[in-house]
Amino acid sequence: MISEQPNLNYIDQLAREDEAAKQLLVDVLKNEFPEEQNEYYESFAQKDFKKLAANVHRMKPKISILGLEKSYKLANDYEHNLKNNNLEGFEDFEELLQLISSFLKTI
Amino acid sequence: MNCILIDDEKMARTIVQTLCNSFDDLTVVEEFSSAIQAIKFLNEHEVDLIFLDIHMPDFSGLDFIKSLKNPPKIILTTSDPQFAIEAFEYECVIDYLLKPIQLPRFEKAIAKVQNSGSKKPKIKEAKSEKEPSIQNDFYVNIDRRLIKIDLASIYLIEAKGDYIHIKTEDKNYVVHSTLKKIEDKLPSSLFLKVHRSFIINVKKIIDIEDNSVLIKKDVVPVSRSNRPELMKRLDLL
Repeated sequence: MISEQPNLNYIDQLAREDEAAKQLLVDVLKNEFPEEQNEYYESFAQKDFKKLAANVHRMKPKISILGLEKSYKLANDYEHNLKNNNLEGFEDFEELLQLISSFLKTI
Repeated sequence: MNCILIDDEKMARTIVQTLCNSFDDLTVVEEFSSAIQAIKFLNEHEVDLIFLDIHMPDFSGLDFIKSLKNPPKIILTTSDPQFAIEAFEYECVIDYLLKPIQLPRFEKAIAKVQNSGSKKPKIKEAKSEKEPSIQNDFYVNIDRRLIKIDLASIYLIEAKGDYIHIKTEDKNYVVHSTLKKIEDKLPSSLFLKVHRSFIINVKKIIDIEDNSVLIKKDVVPVSRSNRPELMKRLDLL
């Protein structure tokens, strides 16, 4: 069970009250995250562990960007497991993906 | 300073672009989602600084650095701390930023770049100093006869034991020599050692697949360490 909530603190700090800059960052996040999520699901369907680990690795910075520090560790551990052909942690990671997806729909 | 961004993630490039916008003297002239695209750009343009991701599909950031003869200053941007020690072995690497990059840390990295002066990395410079004068042919000793071989006709040289097999457009030669000796006689603009046992004429390549190249009917292995140089040379063709 994930106990933290995503936020835009990092993006706000980066944009420094420049609304256009903030909107650009949010737009890119909203566009790119679903694409990466789909790539992850495709790799999952193929049980391609190498690709899965790469997919999770690619998503990790976005988890950080959204202020999800504990979840970043969860993703990190999951990536490590995937590199060892082990799916342990996929349920928590799935919950994380859903949490982020839901959040992105609200911004 | 003119800089380029290389990262397969659009979000990462947008963040660095936003950070760069905080500096009046930092201009992002181009951004690339792959290092191979960037190599083409760098063959025609000079930049002062590269923000470079390490983990990218096909061609990693560190492979990219190895492929550059005279790299500009580089700031690595990655979510993986494990390459830091290796990264700083390259003189061109000024700093190593972990994602998500914070503005104060970014400012520090830019200050490092500004204070690093005109320190020029020396990767591969030694090789260019040894560049032989360009010649069109050379002689090989086969059964006490000196036979002239036109360099441009050679497409493959393979080491086999104490001999090397020189394959040309119309004839093959077996010569008692070493790959190292013949490598020193060949113009590096035309030939490249792609494996410890193989030198190829890069202009004769038909195609490349994973870790091998097809030249005429020969499939030649390409070692991992030589692949970046091969990719770079292809861009020049």
